[in-house]
Amino acid sequence: MAQATKPQRAKAEAFAPWQDASTRPLIEFRGVTKRFGTFTAIDDISLDIYAKEFFALLGPSGCGKTTLMRMLGGFETPTEGTILLDGQDVAGVPPNRRATNMMFQSYALFPHLDIAENIAFGLRRAKIPKDQIAARVDEMLKLVQLTPYRSRKPHQVSGGQRQRVALARALARAPKLLLLDEPLGALDKKLRQETQFELMDIQEKTGTTFVIVTHDQEEAMTVASRVAVMDHGKLVQVATPDAIYETPNSTYVADFIGDVNIIEGAATPLGEGRYEIHWAEGATPLIGTTDEALATGAKVYLAIRPEKVAISTENPESRANAVPGTVHDIAYLGNISTYHVELANGAIVKAQTANTHRIARRDITWDDPVWLSWTDTAGVVLTR
Amino acid sequence: MNARRLILIAVPYMWLLALFLVPFLIVLKISLSDTALSIPPYTPTLDLSQGWEGLKAFWAELDFENFIFLTEDDLYWKAYLSSLKIAALSTCITLLVGYPIAYGMARADESWRPTLLMLVILPFWTSFLIRVYAWIGILSGEGYLNQFLMSLGIIGEPLTILNTNTAVYIGIVYTYLPFMILPIYATLEKMDDSLLEAAEDLGCSRISAFWLVTVPLSKSGIIAGCFLVFIPTIGEFVIPSLLGGSQTLMIGKVLWEEFFSNRDWPVASAVAVILLLILVIPIILFQRNEQKQREAEG
Repeated sequence: MAQATKPQRAKAEAFAPWQDASTRPLIEFRGVTKRFGTFTAIDDISLDIYAKEFFALLGPSGCGKTTLMRMLGGFETPTEGTILLDGQDVAGVPPNRRATNMMFQSYALFPHLDIAENIAFGLRRAKIPKDQIAARVDEMLKLVQLTPYRSRKPHQVSGGQRQRVALARALARAPKLLLLDEPLGALDKKLRQETQFELMDIQEKTGTTFVIVTHDQEEAMTVASRVAVMDHGKLVQVATPDAIYETPNSTYVADFIGDVNIIEGAATPLGEGRYEIHWAEGATPLIGTTDEALATGAKVYLAIRPEKVAISTENPESRANAVPGTVHDIAYLGNISTYHVELANGAIVKAQTANTHRIARRDITWDDPVWLSWTDTAGVVLTR
Repeated sequence: MNARRLILIAVPYMWLLALFLVPFLIVLKISLSDTALSIPPYTPTLDLSQGWEGLKAFWAELDFENFIFLTEDDLYWKAYLSSLKIAALSTCITLLVGYPIAYGMARADESWRPTLLMLVILPFWTSFLIRVYAWIGILSGEGYLNQFLMSLGIIGEPLTILNTNTAVYIGIVYTYLPFMILPIYATLEKMDDSLLEAAEDLGCSRISAFWLVTVPLSKSGIIAGCFLVFIPTIGEFVIPSLLGGSQTLMIGKVLWEEFFSNRDWPVASAVAVILLLILVIPIILFQRNEQKQREAEG
């Protein structure tokens, strides 16, 4: 991404192989298309994934993200195009001969084997000496903190523990690439959040490249070094989580990641990347910025995150954009409140504020006339 | 325990009592009696009009003579052993034939499965006896099989299959195949396909994934199917008497001959009691397997 964005965590500052042209990607998709009968699941995708990345494939169900990952695992073959793993074309290489391992959405633990045997399953197939297998199993059990449960059967442990067994089993053979298919989908929200950090820890500790498939944008944002947003078998945007959030390249991405207000209008250039956006008859035009050169009258969408919209009872003269409206609804979430404000043209714009005061002292309530305001750089001007 | 639950439990127990335990006690009693030229053809018969003394006399006349007789004539234990052997071997053949069929059914397209299941059950729509008679027509010297093979020039002389043990095996495997297929199919059908993908992902070839995952996971179905074939086969009578020859020795046939040809009800009853005792072992093992499976699932 051209825009320099503030990295989410310290690691990301140093780790950005995708910006370095000399780094050879671990995985290269070159014009890959996959068709099932007449249905095109993957539509001419080219994508590079680098070693040690935590790469997330994000999209709604049916967007092709699982198919893309299953092609890496060897469970599907591309109809067109090639996939290179470490420079080698993987076409025709069956799953059991690939340096990849997969963690299945259902975990696919063998119910007739106990947890230690499940983890040892892949090692036994690799013709490793017995004592080494035992040592590796112990190491894996320790990594996922399941040593006391080693001789239990999968149905005798909790869902979260099963998830960790599946992870340990997939990591035991030290694959070059670990594929995770909705790894946390079956866990409840709190456990999911804890496990996300565990996954990141394990990924850093083992130095394995992770490719995760998820439909949960929060999960992708939390764990991934880069996120690929997919729709109808195509990549819409591939970027770091902060770039995806702050500078989405389309209304689809803006809308899919987090909450967003989208205001449609016609642009008039003001120079230096600033544009006036005429969005409603008789209303003051809004100001937005973009690097793209837009012609006068071009149809644009201004995307603004609710948390970047301030709500006040008076018109704040200092801000570039201010629109009047009335409070239509308030969603109280404890730490934050989201105000749904109806503008004069009937559009609803959401504004989010942190609840720094107790709820009894809130000065804005239903049907109050309010002003929404934001700076000229708060919103993103999109053309599609 | 409340009355409602008691009644609910009492129904199956009454059923067992009336239709299993009471007939068994009658058979047991006959096996302890002696043959007689009367109707029914054994003594003593229970006559309650004599009161306590009559009951005591009745009791005194019962003995284990018939069971001792069974051990003296080697026909009986040879028949038991031969039945066990035929049952065991035909169970193995049925498993070898049935497993691939069940596997194919479980792998088939979902829309096809009900049809395939129907085809497995379809033979039950015709009487068992008629189907066994049909095999006579197929296997006999001038039967369809010999005619077909001879017309192809594979054989010059008709094969002698009917009235041999081979015919008995064919008949048993054919008859009991659905009992093998259905429980195996049930376990294979509910198996998660991603387990096989996981096995492949972890370095198994297709074949080793089958042995390491599919077979162990269908174990309970295999055991259930084997018992469902083995248990009724031991006492099988119709198939050996219609398809088997004079050298085919099976305990069901012996029992029938004692009962109808010799009219020796007490010895026939003793044969039946021993047969039941032999069968109790696999039946208990079968029940254990079912219970273990339920526990594993629960």
